Amino acid sequence: MLENNCKINNQVSCRSLLLRRITEKIVFNILRLSALICAGALLILFYFLIKRGWTAITWEFLTQAPRESMTEGGILPCILGTLGLSLGAIVVALPIGVMTSVYLTEYAKDGKILRIIRLGINNLAGVPSVVFGLFGLAVFCIYLNMGVSLAAGALTLSLMSLPIIIGSTEEALKSVPDSYRYASLGLGATKWQTIKKVILPTALPGILTGAILSVSRVAGETAPIMFTGAVFFSPNLPTSIFDEVMALPYHIYVLATAGTNIEQTRHLQYGTALVLIVLVFAVNLMAIIIRSKLRKRMKL
Amino acid sequence: MESDMKIKVKDLNFYYGDFKALSSISLDFRKNHVTALIGPSGCGKSTFLRCLNRMNDLVDKTRVEGQIMLDKEDIYNSGLDVVELRRKVGMVFQKPNPFPKSIYENVAYGLRVNGIKDKNYIEYQVEKSIKQAALWDEVKDRLKDNALGLSGGQQQRLCIARALAVEPEVVLMDEPASALDPIATTKIEELIHELKTEYTIVIVTHNMQQAARVSDTTAFFYMGELIEVADTDTIFTNPGNKKTEDYITGRFG
Repeated sequence: MLENNCKINNQVSCRSLLLRRITEKIVFNILRLSALICAGALLILFYFLIKRGWTAITWEFLTQAPRESMTEGGILPCILGTLGLSLGAIVVALPIGVMTSVYLTEYAKDGKILRIIRLGINNLAGVPSVVFGLFGLAVFCIYLNMGVSLAAGALTLSLMSLPIIIGSTEEALKSVPDSYRYASLGLGATKWQTIKKVILPTALPGILTGAILSVSRVAGETAPIMFTGAVFFSPNLPTSIFDEVMALPYHIYVLATAGTNIEQTRHLQYGTALVLIVLVFAVNLMAIIIRSKLRKRMKL
Repeated sequence: MESDMKIKVKDLNFYYGDFKALSSISLDFRKNHVTALIGPSGCGKSTFLRCLNRMNDLVDKTRVEGQIMLDKEDIYNSGLDVVELRRKVGMVFQKPNPFPKSIYENVAYGLRVNGIKDKNYIEYQVEKSIKQAALWDEVKDRLKDNALGLSGGQQQRLCIARALAVEPEVVLMDEPASALDPIATTKIEELIHELKTEYTIVIVTHNMQQAARVSDTTAFFYMGELIEVADTDTIFTNPGNKKTEDYITGRFG
């Protein structure tokens, strides 16, 4: 009986083992290939930008304003404009986003209202960026009389980054173990004290990382700022938040589609794109560094 | 005799949604005594423990009927301040759960959230509580270190110190030693013995030897009901109920 069984087992397993090994190899290679394609896309993009734009990167390019109908000179106003828009966006979006997330994860009870709010946030994430631009134009620039300005652009971008900030903050809050909540409440702390003193500090690395990443995501957007904050060309650097600004993504768009000499400024277009992407990467890197520093302080 | 009772529970029913987890429990807890709650998993002993400081309020769709008197006050009275109740009835959890803060800040936390600002008093109280929890000699030189760097047993004693710092009247312990090794367990048990001179202690445990070692009174729960409560000696040598006897002799559970 036992011998018989072994025989059958042997026959079955020899064939199927080989088959399974081959399948395993094929699946593994397909999976690896798709991972390589993802990483490859970024590398190719980078290679392309560096190759085409490298020659444009000079000290003058980074520290001067454009000259000669933007065919000469640099992009300093655009760099500053993008930094200003991003900073403004995070200053507005971070507190609103964090407060919303705290409400949703810590206070709100499951029910109709919560579901409606969540539906709203999810749909906000799906609104096309050009619609945000039009909305910003209608509400901030015209209705609230801000005009095309740094403030209106930053507010529009902040709306766009809200769903991302809320999503990452909720994740961070949910990753705080419930045992911390119970311990704190068990000591006679109120809910708000628990949130303020235990939950938010513990979730801080995740919250900050998410916020920075969300801003670096919207910093490269063109459509939301093209009607609300960014202009074709501005001879002066902005002096107040109600001044219009130049911005990197819009500058690329302008040079590539409406410049006075599109062919002649190709290297400037790629150079600007390279600066933008390096800036975004630098911000992401900063987020990673902040996170690991805070985590280390928290863990041990 | 009656006035010796710190907590008096009368006809307590508890529901998770439609499921009745506790049915008509009546049980009193004597002041400065250790009462152990024993019984198989899912018998309701932890649920019962969490009723005593209203921790179950935090769980959705739960409902309580009956009366729990802490001294002269019904803790389920709608006018009662739950936050103040939880200060008076402290809790130590199954798994050590120190905050990711320094050892010092962990113990000072309860004082700070209760509005105490006097630095000297906080310092005094932190030292006193850590000493009470028999942890002082091990941590006195590194109070500023993160509490998560302590061993499991040390973390649990820190959690006890944290609970003691706010000067509770009752300390609830939910299987406080179940995640610890035998040496750490012994330390916690010795500690419980010393603490009962000042506090009323209720401890849930799966470990029958532990119940026998640390408690004065033992209550046996089974399927959401209180089967038997008596002096610990009586329960373990001469149980009055067949189910109790079966459980403590290891026939089920």
